[in-house]
Amino acid sequence: MPAPVIAAQNLVKSYPVKNSKEFVAVDGISFEVAPGESFGLLGPNGAGKSTTMRMIGAVSTRTSGDLDVLGLDPNRYGPEIRSQLGVVPQENNLDMELKVRENLLVYGRYFGLPRARVARRADELLEFAQLADKAGAKVDDLSGGMKRRLTIARALINDPRILLLDEPTTGLDPQARHILWDRLFRLKEQGTTLLLTTHYMDEAEQLCDRLVVVDQGRIMAEGSPADLIRRYSSREVLEVRFGSTQNAEVAGRIQGYGERVDVLPDRILVYSDSGENELERMTAAGLHPITSLVRRPSLEDVFLRLTGRNLIE
Amino acid sequence: MSNQTEGISDGKRAETLAAAVKAAARTRRYGSWYVAEHRFRVMRSYAQTVLFTAVGSPFVYLYAMGVGLAGLVDGNLGDDAVTGVSYLAFLAPALLASSAIAVATEEFTYPIMLGFRWNPTFFGMNASSIQPGQIINGLVISVAARMLVTCTIFYVFMLVFSAVPGRFGFVAAPVALLTGLAFGVLVMAYTATLKDDTGQLVMVERFVVLPMTLFSGTFFPLDVLPPYLQWIGWISPLWHGTELSRVFAYGLPEPIWLSLVHVLYLAALLAIGWIWARRLATRRLNK
Repeated sequence: MPAPVIAAQNLVKSYPVKNSKEFVAVDGISFEVAPGESFGLLGPNGAGKSTTMRMIGAVSTRTSGDLDVLGLDPNRYGPEIRSQLGVVPQENNLDMELKVRENLLVYGRYFGLPRARVARRADELLEFAQLADKAGAKVDDLSGGMKRRLTIARALINDPRILLLDEPTTGLDPQARHILWDRLFRLKEQGTTLLLTTHYMDEAEQLCDRLVVVDQGRIMAEGSPADLIRRYSSREVLEVRFGSTQNAEVAGRIQGYGERVDVLPDRILVYSDSGENELERMTAAGLHPITSLVRRPSLEDVFLRLTGRNLIE
Repeated sequence: MSNQTEGISDGKRAETLAAAVKAAARTRRYGSWYVAEHRFRVMRSYAQTVLFTAVGSPFVYLYAMGVGLAGLVDGNLGDDAVTGVSYLAFLAPALLASSAIAVATEEFTYPIMLGFRWNPTFFGMNASSIQPGQIINGLVISVAARMLVTCTIFYVFMLVFSAVPGRFGFVAAPVALLTGLAFGVLVMAYTATLKDDTGQLVMVERFVVLPMTLFSGTFFPLDVLPPYLQWIGWISPLWHGTELSRVFAYGLPEPIWLSLVHVLYLAALLAIGWIWARRLATRRLNK
């Protein structure tokens, strides 16, 4: 394996809290990302994903542990590491007082690039982000998806070796998400290393070669999406609803169905090699769900299995 | 890890380090100027307002106070009633310094709140090779430039109104710049401590800038005030700036040590505010 571009070893970040025990946002996580890899941090809000991203982005000092980005220590080589990164933050921080293209121009200068080169690169990137016809528009007039694409274009102005994306499609409508995924996929094909956080399992499945499931600052599992699903779920999942008042009562009667049964407030999940078989068995026992659905397992199931909780709460 | 792979990664490491050091070297050196460049581009979007106030306010103030009010003062007290010169000559350097304070109050409040909170562009800058201290430097550079333009235009109006008897009157413009920045960096640092604006910035204007303008020997000499109010002048950067301006504008009689105190006091505020703002920015951006 080639030398990793990111290596975290026992990484910890804690914040002092007034009159209380300190808050541990990242609690000893370790992982490595290979060059050209697309690596994801999957977890619910508050799992410590963004904090991890900030430490890798060299804008947050770790409390303890080792962190190595492109072979450099972020504590010592902040500007150097950041010169090789592209960052797409969760919160939009484009300059609303400037026009679309101007946002790229000023940002390129931050890397010490000559004006002519930045201008050329800005036009290429507007093309890539499908925003060429919006070059002179106000940022405020762009849709959410366009703003996110502009932020990605901005992050690419310095030809980064690693692109960090924090919740890249949160808040976007389905069509805008697909356009964005398409752009990110192209970058991946060109060999850019992607590191992204998400709480959407479909996003992780679409974009990540490998991922870690993070919860409460700790890594719960690591692997490729398919690998994790194989390891922590069954071949199929049967989802049944008996109505919110009935679910708990029915749950008692179907314990032992499939490999495992999970009772959620609104539905019951039965993990099995054959969802249809389980459903037949249920009906034969005189249980008639209001709705039923047999589907393939997802990372959501993996997360539920690992933590006993939903990803999006 | 085996020795062999360590060897490879060591070589690779040196190569990456060299490339990254080279890529960040220009930003380490010129980053503050890049931030200023960004701010100038933003200022361009309200350049008309900047120019309009820079030209309009000296005209309005010098005319209303320096001609209108001065007619009343000089008419009653004589041409040399206020510290030995006409009221216009007495007032003009103070109005010049106040105009620098006005620019500082405008540029170091809401734009700072904007960058940290409402449209967090400072976080965007910080994610590039730029460092927090450079963001603060760039802001100071860009505001200083705007202030210099404002003060120069104001000074030209003072000449037009024949309000500068002294030969070294032009020094009043850089003194106003120093005054505006010394006050401005403190306001910037204070604004950087705010999580959100729940009226604090309006309070700064009403309860700091306004009283400071009224009680800093701007419209009347400080010693006209009762002794228990004179301390406002002594701690006010505007008073120190105004007095120093007057020394150059018309030769206000004051001991040389006092002039030195003015310079040192303003320089000290500038240094303290600047360093404080840099620290706050670092703490806020590098969480």
